[in-house]
Amino acid sequence: MEKMGTVPLYRVGDRVRVRKAAPLGHIRTPFYIRGHAGVVERICGAFPNPEELAQQRDGLPAQPLYRVRFKQKDVWPAYRGSAADVLELEIFQHWIEP
Amino acid sequence: MKPEAGRYEPYNYFQLMEVSLRELLVERGIVTEDAIAGAMAAMRARGPERGAAMVARAWTDPAYKARLLENGSRAAEELGFEVPGLRLIVVENTPQAHNVIVCTLCSCYPRMLLGLPPEWYKSKPYRSRVVREPRKVLAEFGLRLPAKLPIRVHDSNADMRYMVLPMRPAGTGGWDEARLAALVTRDCLIGVAVPKIPKARKS
Repeated sequence: MEKMGTVPLYRVGDRVRVRKAAPLGHIRTPFYIRGHAGVVERICGAFPNPEELAQQRDGLPAQPLYRVRFKQKDVWPAYRGSAADVLELEIFQHWIEP
Repeated sequence: MKPEAGRYEPYNYFQLMEVSLRELLVERGIVTEDAIAGAMAAMRARGPERGAAMVARAWTDPAYKARLLENGSRAAEELGFEVPGLRLIVVENTPQAHNVIVCTLCSCYPRMLLGLPPEWYKSKPYRSRVVREPRKVLAEFGLRLPAKLPIRVHDSNADMRYMVLPMRPAGTGGWDEARLAALVTRDCLIGVAVPKIPKARKS
């Protein structure tokens, strides 16, 4: 485990929503998932904040990183396929709405 | 990448930056041209064999399979594959779910285990379409899944890397690991194909 700077606020099974924001810079949260809600599937550990790393800073304290599972039908209103189809993405804690 | 002989193509911005940086590093004695060429050759020579070996072991050893799903990087090291810095998550295909991997932001891929990603994996059409119409994209790869089989698309968008553990095909009882590994192609490990017994071998 990387140096744990920030304590994980969410647990597996928690419903979380991704911040809907558009800051400039090196962002690892894809646009298509911003504003959507899903369920924490696992906690991957804590990693230096990539937005800070891209600015030549140390990215510490490390941010908890979650695997969040989203229903396809929630993400794409016109989605054609099984209601059980899902998308899983890695979401940093600072990209989850408080 | 060098242009073909006889064809002149000016360097683009990033190629020029790469050449400039490389020449500076060599000039300062930090690396040698030979070391760079060697690293590139090793990268190009690597294929999906390591990933396939891990799958074959998981198919024949349930305890290894459990460790593989628990911690992919450690399971790779267990077979003697060095994966410094790699955080591997292995996702298992079952009769209840099919998995497919993408990196929508760039081309993240477990290169240490699967070699260089194919061109289509890095292409915008694959990256933008597989997250919103996976069934259609998989059908274009020749993989037609039952409409009711749930599909899980994994976006490798941050620090983790992914590999699919496919289902062992029926009719392979008693096969040894080497024979099983030969069924596991790169595309099976990305999730755009499933392992099949070659027709000639069918009894």
